[in-house]
Formats: sequence, structure tokens, C-alpha cells
Amino acid sequence: MTTQTPGLHAVPAADPAAQAEQDRAGQEHFDRIIAEDSRVEPRDWMPEAYRKTLVRQVSQHAHSEIIGMQPEGNWISRAPSLKRKAILMAKVQDEAGHGLYLYSAAETLGTPRHVLNQQLLDGRAKYSSIFNYPARTWADMGAIGWLVDGAAIANQVPLCRASYGPYGRAMVRICKEESFHQRQGWEILYELSHGTPAQKQMAQDAVNRFYGPSLQMFGPPDEDSPNSKQSMAWNIKRFSNDELRQRFVDMIVEQAEALDLTLPDPDLKWNEDRGHYDYGPLDWDEFKAVVSGKGPCSVQRMQRRRQAHEDGAWVREAAAAYARKTAAERASAELIGA
Amino acid sequence: MSENNENNVTGLGGSSAEWPLWEVFVRSSRGLSHVHAGSLHAPDATMAVRNARDLYTRRNEGTSVWVVPSEAVTASDPDSKGGYFESAQGKSYRHATYYTKSEGVKHL
Amino acid sequence: MSFASHDSATKQSAGNAITAEDIREGGSKAPEDVARYALYLGDDALMLAQRLGWWIARAPELEEDIALANIALDLLGHARFFLTYAGSAWGKTEDDLAYFRDEEEFRSCRLVEQENGDFGQTIARQLIFSFYQYELYRRLVRSSDPTLAAIAEKALKEVEYHQDHASQWILRLGLGTEESKRRVQDGLHYMWPYVDELFHDDELIESLGDVAVLPSSLRADFDRRIAEILDEAGLDVPDVAGAYGGDRSGEFSEQRGHILAEMQVLARQHPGATW
Repeated sequence: MTTQTPGLHAVPAADPAAQAEQDRAGQEHFDRIIAEDSRVEPRDWMPEAYRKTLVRQVSQHAHSEIIGMQPEGNWISRAPSLKRKAILMAKVQDEAGHGLYLYSAAETLGTPRHVLNQQLLDGRAKYSSIFNYPARTWADMGAIGWLVDGAAIANQVPLCRASYGPYGRAMVRICKEESFHQRQGWEILYELSHGTPAQKQMAQDAVNRFYGPSLQMFGPPDEDSPNSKQSMAWNIKRFSNDELRQRFVDMIVEQAEALDLTLPDPDLKWNEDRGHYDYGPLDWDEFKAVVSGKGPCSVQRMQRRRQAHEDGAWVREAAAAYARKTAAERASAELIGA
Repeated sequence: MSENNENNVTGLGGSSAEWPLWEVFVRSSRGLSHVHAGSLHAPDATMAVRNARDLYTRRNEGTSVWVVPSEAVTASDPDSKGGYFESAQGKSYRHATYYTKSEGVKHL
Repeated sequence: MSFASHDSATKQSAGNAITAEDIREGGSKAPEDVARYALYLGDDALMLAQRLGWWIARAPELEEDIALANIALDLLGHARFFLTYAGSAWGKTEDDLAYFRDEEEFRSCRLVEQENGDFGQTIARQLIFSFYQYELYRRLVRSSDPTLAAIAEKALKEVEYHQDHASQWILRLGLGTEESKRRVQDGLHYMWPYVDELFHDDELIESLGDVAVLPSSLRADFDRRIAEILDEAGLDVPDVAGAYGGDRSGEFSEQRGHILAEMQVLARQHPGATW
């Protein structure tokens, strides 16, 4: 029996007669791997729900990187210095790379990239709601780097230890590369905050707009996040949404002070008993609206992605046609040679 | 089931415009082996090498890259996992640490 | 934060190549006429980087977003080298020159200012310009001006790659489908009127002797190599007359103003600010 599935990638169910026994042994093996905090690899047996959860999570993550290129890409042409232009270009390019690493990890689970991409283009797949907000000013490049990438990193560092091997490995690569993203964002805000009054105002305004949405990047509060528990049991997620959010708040308070900017949260204050900063309630109605396609820029982000895909169709076809022709020519040349 | 893909002669993704998947291996510096870095899509091997260079060595991670059509990789069967790598276990005499008499003797 | 050290496929380094900062801190002051020549080279690279940057998040496939971004980044790097060096003649920075010169003060050729159009048109422009730049830098590495020679040496290696990228795509588009062939041939026709001016000698360049490279001296090699690759791709070398006015003055360019309006808008809202 032959299979289309590449050797390094997921293997679909085999002969149905042997299925029950295979599932039992597979589950046992899988449970042992999780219990030992070892790693699941693509060709291992895994519960269907585990596979589905991962495909959804990893592809959403990939889509976020790809859509996330737009708000920043929007400023490449207007970056106010050539150095900043180069940094921003490199950063947006990295995001394309991160999207590719993640699609590559998702593909090992048996869903090809064009299927995942189609889910995005059809509006069936979600991506991080933060990218549905506009990037109106240059300071937004700073706030996105510092707060949005900062939140992403806080989320991603524990994912380097995710139980699914390819996902963890993709995250290691991404975390290594992202270390510059957050710093360059912080530096943009630092320059603005220590520049002219107009620049400082621009920086404060950007922080005011991105603070809440960046805290929402960790997902709904734990009590409203039913899937989190299972993800944690599977060692995909290592910390709950609220734990990660708290950790992030604790980090950025001091960083904001070093920037000489304020965080727009009147309830933000040190809680001696908890040993953490308390923070005010977040607007989860807004979050739900934005994540489900009602964000200020949702329509334009999707339109832009679809347009690029459609405009590129003839190019992809041409390259595929050329590959077939040259392969056929090579094959016939070999026949003649033989 | 067979791990071979004998019906995928070209590895070029049939008639669709979807570009096939390639596995990428990167040699980080001279003297080291190529290590699997991830995968990418490309219409053919020529473009796959170039895409691999752009994607996986943006920060000087490599001095050489290999690309292999994912379909061309033949892997050991994970279902026989137990047996397949069992034979290598229990043969501790293959490892230097098995031989203890020479402890303390230099250059051995 | 620590990562698995055995994972040698992710070991990174910054490399050690020339940077714009090296040129600024190196302190060699460009003679005024050399600086004016460096503006030609720098402005070409800057305009094309600006044009190519548009493709990021719009390319036909994600892998190609990355490839075009790499090329744009290389060109932006070249622009920063040349403009930093040019600025040393007048006590100006790369940013003074990029953001606070008006249209008529730029010295880019019209080819790099042309609109991206579709991917075929962009690749046509890439092919022409990378082949031209390759011939130019290949000779500029022997410039009697050591800074120009050093920049050319760094840039040459990168331009070789741009040339390869454009050639690979010309082959695929030329020999791929009927549609791709038509589109890339249209792209070549659109860009071809701006080929002649790349090889236009002027008084400044002639006066610079072995500091500069005479553009006319590149033409024969360019024509031969372009004809070869287009022939291999089954495409025609367009039989189109050169567009009137190719003196880099901007007098005959409509595109330049649009590019600068976008590129300079923020910097000019905040004159004197640092970023």
C-alpha cells in the first residue's frame, strides 16, 4: 500500500481491522510520553482531539504572523529614518518567516498549507484580534513591538516546551528571532518619549491604544477558557491565560516607567499580599467583536490577503508549469541517454 | 503499510498549482553535519534551495543547505517503535563506558 | 531564556560586513564631485528599495515575500552606504539626504522609479536593473576611491544574488504559461524605454576618471547577457526607443514626486527630530 503522506509527516489511520488494537497501544504510548513530559513527534499515534487542537492552534498562530505583517508593513514606506526603515523591513520579513515555520509545523500534522490558507481566506480560521486594529502613527510601530510582541513572547517562551515536537522547535526559532522585535519597539518609544513634545504625545497615545488589546492577547479569563485545561493536560500550554497575563503586566510596569510613559489603567497598582500588580477589568465584549471579524480593520486585512493570493495565482501556476516541463524534459533526456 | 512512495515519481505535486513541500537541512559551519531545520514550499529544487537560503539562513545560521522533496523521505515505522530500536538497547558493550578495568589508565 | 545548544540549525551570528556606521565613523570625507556621483548610486538603490518594499505582504507566495524583502533590504543597505559617504562632503547624514532633499535634487534614474505593476513588471525591472548593477559594481570594485570600492565589493555579492533571483523568475514566467509569458513580456516593454539612460555618460562621470565607471562601457556586456537570458526564456528583447530625457535630473519623471511624498512625509512633519 502506498501513501501520499511524506515520510517525515503524519500518518493517517491504517487498516481498519487493526485499528482498535493500534489505538489502544497508541493511546498508551501517547499517555506515557505526556506523563514523562517527553515530546510527541509527527508519525506517533496521537488522539484525534490532540491533533485537531494543535492544527487549530498552530495554524491560528501562523495566520496571526501573516496578517500581522500588514499593520507594520503599512509603515515601511514612511519610516522616518533609513535605519528604522531597514529594521522595520527586517522585522516584517521575520514575521513572514515565522508564519512559514509555523505552517511547516502544522503541515506535519497532515493538513497541507494551501488548505490552512484557504481556511484563512474563507474567514473560517481566526487570527490574533490585535491585528484588526489600525496602526495610525509611527509610535504604533513602537507600541506593537514593545507591547504586542512583548505579549507574544511571554506567550511563546513556554510554548518552546510544548509537547508537540515540531511546534516546540518552531517556537525556539521564533523566540530567538523575536528578541530583537520587542527591543526595537521599546527603543522607538524611548526615542519618541525623549524627543519633542509632539513625539512624546504620539508615543503616549499609541501606548494608550495598545495596552488593553495587548493584555487581551493572552485570551479570555481562565473561567471563560474551557479549552485551556485540556491543552495544559496535554502539555501544549504550560500556564493559564491569567497567569501569563499577570506575568506580562508585572514586566511592563517597570518598562513603562523607564520609558517615562504611563499605562492607561487607573486600577494598576502593586498588591503587596499577592506580590503582583493588580490591573483593571478588560473589555471582553470588544475583544469578542474584534476577534470575530468586527474589528476596525478586519475587512481590509482580509481583503488585502485575498488580493495578494489572487494576484499571485498566475505566478504560482507559471512556476508549477515550468517545473513540470523541465522535469519532463529531464526524464526524456535520461531515457535517450539510457 | 509501505513507507515508500513509488507512485510519486517527480515529487512535483501533480497538475495543481500548489507548490510541493521540501525538507530543509542546514550546515551551520564547516565540519558539522547538515541538521533538519524545517520545511518550505517551492515549485522546484532550484527555487527550493534559494527559498531555503532566504528563510532559514537570514542570520548567518548556515554555510550550506540541502533540500529534499518531503515525499522522498522514507522513515522508520513508528508503529513498530517498540521493536525497531529495541535491538540497540541492552548492548552496552558497544559503549566505552562498559569497559571499567582500564579506569585510571591514561589515554585509553 | 535558554535554548537547546545542540540545535545547530538555529545558531545565529551578525556576521562581519561593512555597515553605514563604519562609513560614518571611518571619517573619510568624500570630495564634492565624488559625493555627487555617490548620490547617483545611492538614489538608485534607495528608490528601488522603496518600490520593492511595497511587495512585502503582497507577493505571490510567502516564500517570495521573504525573497523580495531580502533584495529590498540589500538595496536599502547600499543606499545607506552611498548616501552616508556622499553626505560626508557636505556635513549631512544619510537621513538629511533621503528625507530633506526635494524632487529636483534627487539623482535616481527613471527605471527604478517606475511603478511595480504586476509581478511580471517588477521582475522585468529587477532583471534590467540587477544586470546593469552587476556590470557596474563588477568594475567599481577597482575604483581609485577606496570607500566606493569597498561599498561596491560588499554590494556586488548581493547583486549577484538579485541577478540570479530575477533570472530564475524570467525563466519561469517566460516558459511557464501563456499568461505568464504575455505578462512578463508586457513588463519588459513597459520598462524598456528606461534602459538607454542607464548607459548615459555625463560630464560629472567623465571628469571623475578612474573613480567612477563610464556607464557607456557597460552596455555591450549588458546587451549580450540580457539577450542570452531572454532568449533562454523564450522572450524578445523589446524593440522600443529610449524615452526622451535621461539625465537623472527628475525633470522628465512623474513618479519621483509620489515616491518622495510618501517616503518623506513623517520626517518632514518633525524637522530636527530624532527617531
